[in-house]
Order: sequence, then structure tokens, then C-alpha cells
Amino acid sequence: MIEKNKSYGNILVNGILNENPIFRLALSMCPAVGISTNVMNGVLMGIAVLFVQFCSSLTISLVKNYIHPRIRIPTYTLTIATWVTVTDLVLAAFFPVAYKSLGIFVRLIVVFCFITMRLDVFARKNPVFPSLVDAVGMGFGFMLGMMAIGGVREIMGMGTLMGYDILGFRPLLFFVLPCSGFFVVGFMMAIFNYTENVYNRRKRARRLA
Amino acid sequence: MTKSNLIRWFICICILLGCTACNTEHRFVKRTEFKKSNIVVICFAGPVDESWAKNMTAFRINEQQDPDIILKIERVELSKDRCTLQIFMKDPLNKSNPHQVVLPNIMSLGKSQGTAIVSVKKLYWGNLLSILIGAMFIYNYVFVKYLGLCVYLGVTQKKSTAIGMGITFTIVIIFSTSISWVLYQFILKPFQIEFLQIIVFIGLVSLTVQAVDTILRKVNPILFKEFGVYLVLIISSCLILAVPLIMAAQDYDYMESLMLSSGAGLGFFIAMFLMSCVRERIDLAPIPESYRGMPIAFIVSGLFALSFMGFSGMTIF
Repeated sequence: MIEKNKSYGNILVNGILNENPIFRLALSMCPAVGISTNVMNGVLMGIAVLFVQFCSSLTISLVKNYIHPRIRIPTYTLTIATWVTVTDLVLAAFFPVAYKSLGIFVRLIVVFCFITMRLDVFARKNPVFPSLVDAVGMGFGFMLGMMAIGGVREIMGMGTLMGYDILGFRPLLFFVLPCSGFFVVGFMMAIFNYTENVYNRRKRARRLA
Repeated sequence: MTKSNLIRWFICICILLGCTACNTEHRFVKRTEFKKSNIVVICFAGPVDESWAKNMTAFRINEQQDPDIILKIERVELSKDRCTLQIFMKDPLNKSNPHQVVLPNIMSLGKSQGTAIVSVKKLYWGNLLSILIGAMFIYNYVFVKYLGLCVYLGVTQKKSTAIGMGITFTIVIIFSTSISWVLYQFILKPFQIEFLQIIVFIGLVSLTVQAVDTILRKVNPILFKEFGVYLVLIISSCLILAVPLIMAAQDYDYMESLMLSSGAGLGFFIAMFLMSCVRERIDLAPIPESYRGMPIAFIVSGLFALSFMGFSGMTIF
């Protein structure tokens, strides 16, 4: 599945751009819509996901030879659930305010499809170090996606970024409403598609010329 | 014979439920209930003295779980026949928690009836219904709480698949929440291992899905052919784990958790049905190239979410 000659840089960029979990794969959209009202939530959620993905990739790639293929999915689920419990308890103990603003979504990292998918597609078949690089790439891809959505909503809705006032006024209060997450994600996906279309068309034109 | 028996049973059950609804802990206090957002109504068996009722500093009202926070009383009002006392509170009451009212030394026609400590709570059946309607519409899990979006966006391409998925999902979520409730109340709570709830619940959900899969395959192969494909997808939905977690956080009893899970399932069904109807028509509409597929689906969901915001703040019972 994964070519042998792929460098670590390629693996890292793959998670951030080519297979970005939010904009390209469109998996695990619940937090991207639900709690992306500001950048800080995105960063925190990203760190939590990064930690869980890193640790479960490490665990699975270490014990991959002992997992029977038939029971691999339950094994992944239980591994992720263990690490999510760790994250949940640590966040609740050390960052109670942030934990409250993230709400139930920290616990729901268990059912984020792309973590299980990465374990099945990558960590099961590769040695420890490339799996870790892949995990970091995916985690950062998720974090950057969350931060982008959160940034748009915070600037457009509140006129602030990371809590600092940068515009001095509130352009569109609509973006603070919880349901505007759907619109922002939809518009950003459309922008991504448009850029890709333009890029492909130019490439084709250059090849013809 | 059987019919009259049934009617007799029905009457017995009605009387029993009626008794549970209106009995109180004191012989002189007939009925207690909430009214509007900040009024507690207390009905007495006989007329009470006006001078006693006006002495409102003596009354004490607090939420049952924290007795040290005494809520502030604004004024009291006695009805004309002096049997019904209305206590107006300064702040709106949190009606989902039971409240405790202490009425010291009730004076009726010059005689003391003793001190009454009574609890005020919402009607049980009204509470159940409000949980059901709340989970279906007011806090619809897809459009208001943004859970279960992966499955919702994944299988709403066609109306028939959306209906199949909705039915399967409702059944599975009711099963798995019931089992989680039993396990949470009788194993996790007594042994104080609530922190393991994520692992236990996700394991239970996968187990339920696997069990439904196996049973359906043996018992009704035709039905399995129809709905079997959706069973695997269900595990990857946030909603299936969120409902047991919410049930555990709110500490619901069995009937309440049943209402919550069926409400969540039906709400999900409604969301999927609405979305699939729209998406079937979107396929025929002239949409700009970059909006085709996911982006337009998100924008339509946003419009649905906006309209579901109209339910917010609604309270029933």
C-alpha cells in the first residue's frame, strides 16, 4: 500500500495536505462543526487528537505481529479507548476550564473514524518510526483544519484572534451562532475544490501547449 | 373475561401511578408542584392562617442535592380559600432537579399541624415525555448538538438507504443504551470505576452491533439482507457512544434512559429522512462545479440547523 521509497517528509505532508482528515477525507466532522467557534478550542482538540493518534499508532505498530487479523478492529477500538481515557482524565485534572469548553467531544475521540483508519492502513503494516511520523502528520492535519475553521469563525464573528482584538469591530455576528459551523465548512471545502480545479486546468493547459 | 381482567389491571395501574404522582411526605400537605419559571405551589388539606403564611422568612427552599444553598423568596400569595400557597422565587428555578421545601409549624384555624418537609418535583410522565421530545427536536442530535455527522453525510444519498439506516440505528441505540444502563448502575457505580466508562461503553456498543448482526442473520435473513450493510457503519458514529455517556452523566433511571435513546434514534431518523429528500433533488439541480458533493450538503445542513434553532428554549411541562 505504502511505497518503500517514500521519505518521511512525504509521509508528514501527506497527512497535512493530500489526506487532510477534515477537508479531503471529510471524516470526523462533528468537532469541526460543533466546537470550532474559536482558535483555542481547535488547538486544544488538535493536541488531544494528536496525543491519542501518536500513542495508539505507537502501541499498534509495536504489537502488530501479535494481532490476529480477524479481531483487529476491536483491538484498535480498545487501544484508542484506553488512550482517550488517559487524555480525558489528564485534561479534566489539569485544564478544567478548557475541558468544559470542549465538552463531550474529548470522549468522542474514540469514534473518530480517521484514527482507526490510520491504524488499519498504516501502523499495521509499517515499522514504529514511520508510523509515528504518519501519526504526527495526521494529527497536525486535523489541528490545522480545526484552527482554520476556528480562525475564520472567530475573526468573522467576534473580530478577535486567539482572544486578542484585531479588527476592533464585529463584522458578522452570524458566525458566532453554533449552526454557522456547517456553512463555514461548506464554503471552505468549496474553496479547496475550486483551487484544485484551477490548478488542474492550468496543468493540463501547460501540458497541451 | 380477559377483557374485564385487562380493564381491572389498567385501572389498578392508573390508581398506582396517580398515587405516586401526588402523595407527599406530610399528612397536611396535599400536593406540591412547579408553576411557570419561578413559582412553587403548595396545596394544603385545610385552610391555613394568613398570619402564618405572611411570615415568609420562616420558609426554606433548596435543591435536594445541595441543602446548604438556600434559594431566595420574593413574596408569597395565599388563595382566597386559604388552601393554596404560592411562593414566588427571586430567580428562576432549575426544574430538572427536585427541590425541598421546609414549612415550619403550620398553623391551621389556630391549631398547629407540625413542621412539614416536602419535596417538589416535576411530574414523572411529563418528565419522560419532555426528555423524548427534547432529544427528538429541541436538542436534535444532528442539527443542534452536531453529533453523528459522518454517518449522516455518508448514507443520505438515497431516500431508501436513509430510511433503512434510520430504523437500524434506532433499534441498535435503544438496545445498547439499555445494556449500558444496567452495566453502569449495577457494576460501574457500586465499584466506583466510572472512569472506565468510555472503554466499557464502546466495547458494549461493538458487542451489541455484533450480536444484532448474528441474531438477525439467523432469525430473519430477508431483513438482514435489507439492513445488514448499515450495521457495520453504526459503530463509527459518534452518536452511538454519546447517548450512553450523556445517560451516565445525567444519572438517568431506566425509563428516562429509554426515552433518551429512542428520542435520539428518532431524531436521527428525522434528520436523515429530511436530508435524503433534499439531496435527491439536489442531484438534479444546476450547482456550481466546486460546490458539488460535500460542500452543498454542508450548506443544506446549515440551513436545517438554522431552522431547528427555532425550537431552542422551548420547554414542555
